[in-house]
Amino acid sequence: MRESFRIGTGAGFSADRLEPAVDLVERGRLDAIVLECLGERTVAFAHRDRMADPRRGYNALLDRRMRALLPACRKAGTVMITNMGAANPRAAAERTLAIARELGLAGLKVACIEGDDVSALVPPDQPFMDEPGTLADIDMPVVGMNAYLGADAIAPALEAGADVIIGGRLADPSMFLAPIAHRFGWDAADMPRMGAGTLVGHLMECGMQVTGGYFADPGVKDVPDLAQCGYPIAEVAPDGSAVITKLARTGGCVTPATVKEQLLYEVHDPARYLTPDVTADFSRVQVAPAGPDRVRVSNASGSARPATLKVTVGFDGGFQGEAGVSYAGPAAQQRGQLAADIVRERIAGLNGAADLRVDLIGASSLFASAGLRASDAQDVRLHVTLRSREREDAELMLWEVESLLCCGPAGGGGFRGAIVPCVMTKSVLIPRERVRPALDVQVA
Amino acid sequence: MNTPRRNAPRIVRDIAHARAGDKGNTSNVNVWAYDPADYELLKRALTVERIKQTFPQLIRGKVARYELPHLYGLNFVMQDALEGGVNRSLNLDSHGKSWSYLILGLTLDDAVGEKPQMIE
Repeated sequence: MRESFRIGTGAGFSADRLEPAVDLVERGRLDAIVLECLGERTVAFAHRDRMADPRRGYNALLDRRMRALLPACRKAGTVMITNMGAANPRAAAERTLAIARELGLAGLKVACIEGDDVSALVPPDQPFMDEPGTLADIDMPVVGMNAYLGADAIAPALEAGADVIIGGRLADPSMFLAPIAHRFGWDAADMPRMGAGTLVGHLMECGMQVTGGYFADPGVKDVPDLAQCGYPIAEVAPDGSAVITKLARTGGCVTPATVKEQLLYEVHDPARYLTPDVTADFSRVQVAPAGPDRVRVSNASGSARPATLKVTVGFDGGFQGEAGVSYAGPAAQQRGQLAADIVRERIAGLNGAADLRVDLIGASSLFASAGLRASDAQDVRLHVTLRSREREDAELMLWEVESLLCCGPAGGGGFRGAIVPCVMTKSVLIPRERVRPALDVQVA
Repeated sequence: MNTPRRNAPRIVRDIAHARAGDKGNTSNVNVWAYDPADYELLKRALTVERIKQTFPQLIRGKVARYELPHLYGLNFVMQDALEGGVNRSLNLDSHGKSWSYLILGLTLDDAVGEKPQMIE
C-alpha cells in the first residue's frame, strides 16, 4: 500500500491566524497545505476593493502569509493551494511571484486559476437558486459574480507541477480533494472516492474548527491550551479514509466530538451535500478514536455531481452604522431601556429608519427575536444599528446616539460609533459547461 | 473533556454539544449526545414541533430534523430562521452562530413548548 497523503490547513477563513500555519509547514512534513480564505461576502468585499483599485481585490493578508510560508513550503516540498486570489487571482499571483523573487525562491512555479468570474455569462433576469425572484428584482449595483470552481479546475495546475496554486472562488473542499485525487490517481467519475475526499476537505476547510477551535465550553467541553491551538493535518489513505490529527506540542484537541461538530457544519441533508465535484453522502460516516489527538474518519460516499455550478452574486449594499453607550449599576437595565426608547423616537424621522435595530447588550441582544431577556441586568450597553443607502443617514444616527451623553438617561458612558460599507449576496446557478476555468503558470 | 454532571441533567447542554452554521437565511444546528444512553432523551426533548413552537418569532420557516443514530447526532435545518440572513439581519450575530446555544439552553423536562429562562 502506498503511504498516506499528508495535507494540512493554513487558514480557515480570510482573517485566520498565521503563526500556527508556519509551525505546521515547518514541522508537519506536509505534501500540501490549503489556505481557505473566501466566503460569499468576502468575495463581494474583494470586488469592491478591486473597483477602487484594479491592483487590489485579493486577500489583504496575502503578503504576510506568502512571506512567512513560501520559504517554509519550499524547504519542506509542500504545495500551497489557496483562494486568496478572491476577486483578482491574477494580481494575487503576480504579487506572489514578486515576493518569491524578493525572497530568492528562484524557480518557484506559481499557477493562477481564473474563469470563476462569470459576470459576462449570467443573464440579468437569472432566477435565484433558493428563493423566489430573479437578479433583476434587486435594486442595488452588482459588484461581481463568481462561480464555485471544483477539483477539475485545480487538477491541471497540479499536473503542471505548480508549487503555489492561487485562484478566486475555488470551492473550499475542492482545494483539498484536488491534490488528494491527483496523488492517488482517482478517476473524477469515481463518485464514492470524490465523496471521501470531499469529506476530508469539509472537515479541514475551517482550520482549527476541527482541532478544538470554536469548541470550548468551560466545564463541559474543555480544550487544552486553546491559545496555542494548532491547525489540522489529514493523513489520507489511498482508499479515501483519513486520520484527522495535529502537530505534537500544539494546543487544542482532536476528538470524535470536535470532528462530529465539524462533520455537519453548514450541512443540511447529510446524505446530499452538494459541491462542484460530487453529491457527497456523509450520512454513514464513521468517526473513531485512533490515539491521542487522532480520529479516523471513513465510509463517506457520493453520487453524481450537480449539472450546475453555484454562483455568488455580490451587490453594493450601502452602509451600516453602529453606535453604543453603556450603563452600569443599580437600574442599569431601566436606564438603558429608556435610552433605547429615546433614540428610537429621535431617529424615527431619518430616511433609513426602516432598517433600524436597537439592542440592550447584557439584557437582550443576540436572542432578542427568540424572546429571551434578562430582568435586572446591572451592566448593559445600548447598541444601535442602522443600514442605509446613503452614508449620511448612518452619520445622523451616530450623532443621535452620541448626544445621549448630555441629553439621555443618567450615568451613560463609553460612546463608540463606526460606519462600514455593506455588501449583499445572492446565489444563482449556471450550467457547468458554460464556465471555462483558465490556467496560467509562471516561474519566479 | 469532562463528563457533564450525571445526577441532574436540566438543560440540553448537560447531555449534548452543538455547533451552528448558516447558509443564506437558513440556519443548521447539529447536536450530539455525549453519552449514547442519552440519545433517546435528546430526540424526545428536541422535536421539530418544539423548536418551531418555542421560537416562533425567530424560526419562521420549515424545520427539518436529520438523524445520525450511529453517531448519536441530530441535525436541525431551520428555514427563514436568521432574520433575513447575514446580508439583511441587523442582529449583532448576523450569522446566527449563537443559535447552537438556543438549542442547548432548552430544558429537558416534559414541558414541551415552555420557554427557557435566561440565567443571570
